[in-house]
Amino acid sequence: MTLTDLVQQLLNAISLGGLYALVAIGYTQVYGIIRLINFAHGDLLMVGAYMALLLFASAHFPWLLSLFLALFITCMAAILMERVAYRPLRYAPRISLLITAIGVSFFLESGATVLFTGVPRSFLTMIPKMWRGQWKIGEITFPTLSFITIAVIVISLMFTFWVIFRTKTGLAMRAIARDFETTMLMGVDANRIISLTFALGSTLAAIGGILWAMRFPQIFPLMGVLPGLKAFIAAVIGGIGNVLGAALGGFLLGILEILIPAFWPELSGYRDAIAFFILIIILLWKPKGLLGSTVE
Amino acid sequence: MKKIWGFMLLLSVLMSGCKPKKIPGSEERKPGMESIKIGVILPMTGNVSGFGQQTWLGIQMAQKEKPKVLGQKVELLLCDEKSDKTESANCAQRLIQKDQVIAVLGSVPSSNTMAIAAVTEENKVPHVTPSSTDPLVTQGKRYVFRACFVDTFQGKVLARFAVENLKARSAALLTDVAQDYSAGLSRYFTQQFQKLGGTVTELKYQSMEQEFSAQLTQIRRLKPDVLVVTGYYPEIALIARQARDLGIQTPILAGDGAEDSRLVEIGGEAVEGLYFSTHFDEQMATTEIQFHYTKLFRETYNKPIDGLAALGIDAYLILLDAMERAGAQDREKIRDALDRTEKFQGVTGEITLIKGDAVKPAVVRKVEKGGFHYVTTIAPTLPSPQ
Repeated sequence: MTLTDLVQQLLNAISLGGLYALVAIGYTQVYGIIRLINFAHGDLLMVGAYMALLLFASAHFPWLLSLFLALFITCMAAILMERVAYRPLRYAPRISLLITAIGVSFFLESGATVLFTGVPRSFLTMIPKMWRGQWKIGEITFPTLSFITIAVIVISLMFTFWVIFRTKTGLAMRAIARDFETTMLMGVDANRIISLTFALGSTLAAIGGILWAMRFPQIFPLMGVLPGLKAFIAAVIGGIGNVLGAALGGFLLGILEILIPAFWPELSGYRDAIAFFILIIILLWKPKGLLGSTVE
Repeated sequence: MKKIWGFMLLLSVLMSGCKPKKIPGSEERKPGMESIKIGVILPMTGNVSGFGQQTWLGIQMAQKEKPKVLGQKVELLLCDEKSDKTESANCAQRLIQKDQVIAVLGSVPSSNTMAIAAVTEENKVPHVTPSSTDPLVTQGKRYVFRACFVDTFQGKVLARFAVENLKARSAALLTDVAQDYSAGLSRYFTQQFQKLGGTVTELKYQSMEQEFSAQLTQIRRLKPDVLVVTGYYPEIALIARQARDLGIQTPILAGDGAEDSRLVEIGGEAVEGLYFSTHFDEQMATTEIQFHYTKLFRETYNKPIDGLAALGIDAYLILLDAMERAGAQDREKIRDALDRTEKFQGVTGEITLIKGDAVKPAVVRKVEKGGFHYVTTIAPTLPSPQ
């Protein structure tokens, strides 16, 4: 492991960690507000990526428009999902809600298999030519895409934190997370805030999905399962319910997942196991996650 | 309360892992008319679906050309094995027990074909795989045959091409440890490459993995003359992309697992200049049957034929030829006839089945401007596989 390799891997690790962070925020926010682990969240990655590709390659929309439309459609899908599957169960036992979430996840995966077939599709056409190159700095080669990924992630995270910590809507989100009934009594429209939470989380997931598909340019109906699971782990590591924790957990997980096999290449086949191992270690040490709140 | 919550979490994570099993899709049985039923098991969806799609094109075309045997219509029952070993075995069970097929064709990945072979062997059903090249597929089996060469030969082809054409003295080898095909091919390549005086460093990965930076960073430090990847096209495409992103400009060499248009669709400019060995190229055509089918394929599907489609045709034709020589719808007689297949004129060349395996030349192709181009043919003059 030379310094060159380390710098190279670090950039790689940060961009992967950022993707986990984007998706983890959606998990953690929904959990914070309605105490639901939304297992369908990972599948929104797939919805975002497929929508972008279909709009661009099949419907021949301009590139930028297809991207924004894909985000918008994914966002609408998430709001619909909440309205149809989760809202009727608002006061039902949590286990019903959880099982419904698994059902929605299977619905999205099977629906995508029926609509788009189980044959993987290439996402390469979505990556502009000028993003496919590499930058050379001395001995080190950086793929241009990594810089763009990191830039998009940073902008998205800054926007999200601004919404959550600097706007009235964000204040309402945090208030509902703290105490649902009291916040409603204060005159906050809880349903509207919950919809907005789903909208924000799903947009981040769609951005994550498109960036993920650009990084590994092959998309298929089950592409969201593993990244979704990893992002969930990231959210738990950071302390589920805590937005900053989710971002921290995402970066931590991505960096460890890249750097551990980089130092010990014989472990590269156990990349997924590493994620779970980290989860167990951190939960043993801090059962509420790194930034888990103490509020019950 | 907390404990219950934790338990539910665990439960839900476990549950999210088990996907509902779908009943394999196959065509409806038409009642009444007598027909000879042949089961076809191919990966039509999933990771290596390109293999199944391409082979199916070949088999369908061959059926259109030769729709009858023993005076009866041939009916093909396709079962999608979803690029999965368990599904492959399920398909075989279903086709043999429920549909009562007389023989089975398939599949492409060697691991999946071995799962099918366990079932066909047990039920004494003649089984021809078009393109599974691992030696273990037919080893010790009485009812399993193949239309292609074996990896003991393909390993030699790759080693010889690396040394003679690419002038390589050192090789970095990436093996997909989840696939018998890749593990076997890597072993035979290593043996031969070392015999020719080269050094090999082997690194491992697994099917469906997407991140290869750890292995590739190591390879970059080794500065090998050639990078050999013995897995299947989805991973080869990603490996090529990530290798170029890391600044590795080493030529890449692969086996017949690389042959699919998705290699280029996913790999893009990163797979330009990649070499791979395979079973057939239009340029190899010398006999009448070769010209006939290559032309027909181009006219029917508007693209050049490749190794997988050609082997799909050959597997179907070998089986029908054996049925004709057997003279009856008798599984045992068909097996014996398959075993006696000699100098059969197929699309991929002359086929003589020795202990279930064919001995044939291999061709090396190269990716150029997004298409596959003929480079050279390597004859099976090397010491024949045991």
